[in-house]
Amino acid sequence: MLYFDNNATTPIAPEVLAVLQQVQAEVYGNPSSIHRAGQEARRCVETARAQVAQLLGCDPKEIVFTSGGTEADNLAIFGAGPGHIVTTAIEHPAVLSAAHAHGDCTVVPVSSDCLVDPDDIRRALRPDTRLVSVMHANNETGAIQTLVRHEGILFHSDGVQAAGRMPVNVRELGVDLYSITAHKFNGPKGVGALYVRDGVKLAPMLHGGRHERERRAGTENVAGIAALGAAAALPLPNVKALRDRLEQGILARIPHAIVNSAAAPRMNNTSNIRFEGIEGESLVIALDLAGIAVSTGAACSSGAVHPSHVLTAMGLTPAQAKCSMRFSLGRFNTEQQVDTLLDTLEKAVARLRKLSPVYTNA
Amino acid sequence: MPDELIAVAMSGGVDSSTVAALLKREGRALVGMTMQLWNQRRLPQLQSEGPATGRCCSLDDVYDARAVAAQLDIPYYVVNFEDRFEQTVVRPFVEEYLHGRTPIPCTLCNNHVKFDQFLEMADGVGASHIATGHYARVNYNERSGRYEMRQGRDLGKDQTYFLFGLQQEQLARTLFPLGHMTKPEVRVLAASLGIATATKHDSQEICFVPNGDYAAFIDAYFAEQGISRDAVQGEVVDTAGNVLAAHDGVHHFTVGQRKGLHVSPKTTDHEPLYVIATNSLTQQVVVGHNDELLRAALIAKDVNWVSIAPITEPRPAQVKIRNRHQPAPATLYPTADPARVEVRFDQPQRAVTPGQAAVMYDSDLVLAGGWIE
Repeated sequence: MLYFDNNATTPIAPEVLAVLQQVQAEVYGNPSSIHRAGQEARRCVETARAQVAQLLGCDPKEIVFTSGGTEADNLAIFGAGPGHIVTTAIEHPAVLSAAHAHGDCTVVPVSSDCLVDPDDIRRALRPDTRLVSVMHANNETGAIQTLVRHEGILFHSDGVQAAGRMPVNVRELGVDLYSITAHKFNGPKGVGALYVRDGVKLAPMLHGGRHERERRAGTENVAGIAALGAAAALPLPNVKALRDRLEQGILARIPHAIVNSAAAPRMNNTSNIRFEGIEGESLVIALDLAGIAVSTGAACSSGAVHPSHVLTAMGLTPAQAKCSMRFSLGRFNTEQQVDTLLDTLEKAVARLRKLSPVYTNA
Repeated sequence: MPDELIAVAMSGGVDSSTVAALLKREGRALVGMTMQLWNQRRLPQLQSEGPATGRCCSLDDVYDARAVAAQLDIPYYVVNFEDRFEQTVVRPFVEEYLHGRTPIPCTLCNNHVKFDQFLEMADGVGASHIATGHYARVNYNERSGRYEMRQGRDLGKDQTYFLFGLQQEQLARTLFPLGHMTKPEVRVLAASLGIATATKHDSQEICFVPNGDYAAFIDAYFAEQGISRDAVQGEVVDTAGNVLAAHDGVHHFTVGQRKGLHVSPKTTDHEPLYVIATNSLTQQVVVGHNDELLRAALIAKDVNWVSIAPITEPRPAQVKIRNRHQPAPATLYPTADPARVEVRFDQPQRAVTPGQAAVMYDSDLVLAGGWIE
């Protein structure tokens, strides 16, 4: 399997897996216990907290461990308390659905390059606005947003796609709250964190014991947290050359291929390309049967594909969104894999276009 | 051919699961696909408590199909055909009722989705053939150079009434592995193959219409689409033109229907009344006595010649005018247009219903089929 869907999730790194297995097997104490078994578990959790703080450029006490990105986003939104929320049309459902469930919210549009205009955010602010949430990097296009904090209003950014993949410093970004998840940077699934700036009052969503400075009850996922720390300590992957090779190869070899969000500053691992005249769903399946994993659109509960809400928010028609494919690279991809992808893709697109009644330019 | 990829349409039911297991046992290269046709969360006023299984595209059915694919170790995908299904099945279904006809959505789905878009999808992923769990048989006749379709061996399950629209190029690429089996044999085989869905209930009604209440579905669809009910309301009249009652919409009535008329005859006799016609121009529903329902002939339009070339002279046949109809002996008369056939029955038939199909057989061979005008 050649895996080019690293924005969905990444394979776990061997050194992270070693930590996960070792802690799971050997460290059985409860970090809240007084005895030495508990103390050992506490050490694992606090080591990881320091590693994550190092990754984000903050103080360890500002890190709250969660079950992943969705919980971190929900904690930021519901923990902020009542009031109006301003967010954007390209957020992950973990933010958009949570904001709608929370109550009154304004969703600002994006440009055709998947960029949010900070002035649009400013204009949407109201006296009762409690929280602004703008994602750092978009999962579909990789577009990196300009983050602007407004005095007196809590500022959250969903950094799930950015953290562990590009340099992030929460102080420089000026955010109050920042969500991350381990599995996007070669850690395990089911563990993440929310950065909560020192001084920000955050109400817990899960009630129970006094874990995580009373911001997230529940016995810690010690092995997962330790693995999150280990993943945070990995060097950032550098896949820009591979991504560029892939993108330029596609543009050179496949006619009528257009890069979505091309003019935006983008994550160096993501390429979202539309191939006029094909069905993305067919192409994903054809590539999968050929042993190559890429993605298109958004999966609904049954697993069927719907057009991406991000691409339609950028003004793409449903047909344009349906023929768009996302290629997202990770630290384990190689030049040879990219070349195999290019060969397979070129043939698959040509075959699908030959079948397509609407595609007449081929 | 054993190396050629076959796309199996997997609904999550026992029939299509057995198809996949049979082909897998034969060593064929397979890809399983479930067509997502309709969002069950649409039209919330139709939702009821209780299991949604047996209706199309319920999450339980997708779960079952995925589990069977995993058990057989074949690649499996859910493909989204919702747009095409709405355009070519649901919308025409509603519009046919509004025009006073009684449509067959399963045939539209076969013609426009299952044997059209699904074949395109098969092409797209490199599959040369598709396989479904329909009870029908296909063979190639060397002499005529045509693919022929025959009724499924299990006449109680035979689905050729819904498959008459298939073209030669579609038949050439379609496998119906259950056509030579009976349903009990399929269940026994499914159990022996260890298929998880072996004992699952059959789905019966129109898949996207909960509980078979198509009038409620149409009302809900009207409401969702902002279609006014005024457009469909009208009068119930007798054959002499006397107004007997008002009605809520022509879609509540189908030819031959007796229940739900809420009228009593103006005449002195007490014979029961039946719907004998609906008029979409006047929105009138005409009621009359049982003998007024009898028709000696019909015109079939948009006829597809399945197993034989269009006829040029009259020929005998047996014609089905409903799925549950016993094929009635008749003579087919060609018209100037090969897509129009006059069917003259040996004995008049009750409730010849516009919008339903007339499917013409020679014993188990499907000669042709068309829509009753």
